[in-house]
Amino acid sequence: MTAAAVWAALEEIPDPEIPVISLVDLGVVREVAVDGAHVRIEFTPTFLGCPALEVMRRAMEEKVEALGGEAEVAVIQDDSWSTDRISPAGREKLREAGFAPPAPRAAGTTTLLQLQSKAFRCPYCGSTETRLENIFGPTPCRSIRWCESCRQPFEQFKTI
Amino acid sequence: MNARAEQLLAFADDELIVGWRDSEWTGIAPTLEEDVAFSSIAQNEIGHARALYELAATELGTDADALAFDRQPDDYRCAPFVELHLMDWAHTIARRYLYEEADRVRLEALKAGDDAGLAGLAAKIDREETYHRLHAELWAGRLRDEPRFQEAVEELWPYAIGVVEEEQRPELARRVGLELVEANERGSHTPALAELWDEMTEVRRSAPGATW
Repeated sequence: MTAAAVWAALEEIPDPEIPVISLVDLGVVREVAVDGAHVRIEFTPTFLGCPALEVMRRAMEEKVEALGGEAEVAVIQDDSWSTDRISPAGREKLREAGFAPPAPRAAGTTTLLQLQSKAFRCPYCGSTETRLENIFGPTPCRSIRWCESCRQPFEQFKTI
Repeated sequence: MNARAEQLLAFADDELIVGWRDSEWTGIAPTLEEDVAFSSIAQNEIGHARALYELAATELGTDADALAFDRQPDDYRCAPFVELHLMDWAHTIARRYLYEEADRVRLEALKAGDDAGLAGLAAKIDREETYHRLHAELWAGRLRDEPRFQEAVEELWPYAIGVVEEEQRPELARRVGLELVEANERGSHTPALAELWDEMTEVRRSAPGATW
């Protein structure tokens, strides 16, 4: 078994809550190390309270077992996962599914002024005539915005 | 118990209990938006508690669930502030605002501290807390001129001071623009904790070791 084979298998695992994107596109797999049948996966949680984390962990273990390996999933609880780690392909898939991808971390700590500005683009019509409806949404990673142009709500990924 | 475990448990217990209190608005908040907001905030705070309990559990040779649910009320190290059962909106927002300010002072100290594991986790927690602070800022701004809100802030302030360490208190007072007063200190509990504990641990006590 090679690390590349494990990466390819992990790429088949959809995010449990937003299945259009894979765990690899989401950037939560930090490292894969293969030593014989032993496979160590370093996994960085998105939001600490995300109930999908356990599901992701089990899915990774099952994939490795299907390859005939034995998985050790190490959960890394530091600041190394950021929404910046979502791959360009992943961002495009999110947009196509109606989720506005996150702004980059480089824009600095999010402020109310930023959230209330019109800098966020509607994933349906592309307009930036959008306003904040709620900082919080259906899962910890999303906010709710309203598009003034196509007059519908959409979900905006929070930057973390 | 060593000092690191004590510190982790105090922080974790604060987050678990405040998250529990936030979750009490699920389904009954004044608007649907706030229902979503409080539920999401509660989920985050309890997630932080879990991560902190996991760190503490490696020190203490146990697991996060045992720390969260198998201790007796007197063994919790949370500040009395998070225990208070506040079901009016002025007090609820006053606590959210003061708690987030206190939590920020605590997180900044941990991020700059020597304990690399805890500093890394504090940095991650802080990213999520940014959104809680924005929510609190929005509401504190809206209610600033309401006498009920001002009274609630004043009433809860001595409790809020008790969340942070002695040396962090002048900084907290400066940020919220209030005078330092005698704190309601960590170490003893209000009667509200025992009631909360009864409800929170009921399933765990009735079905020990159950898993889902």
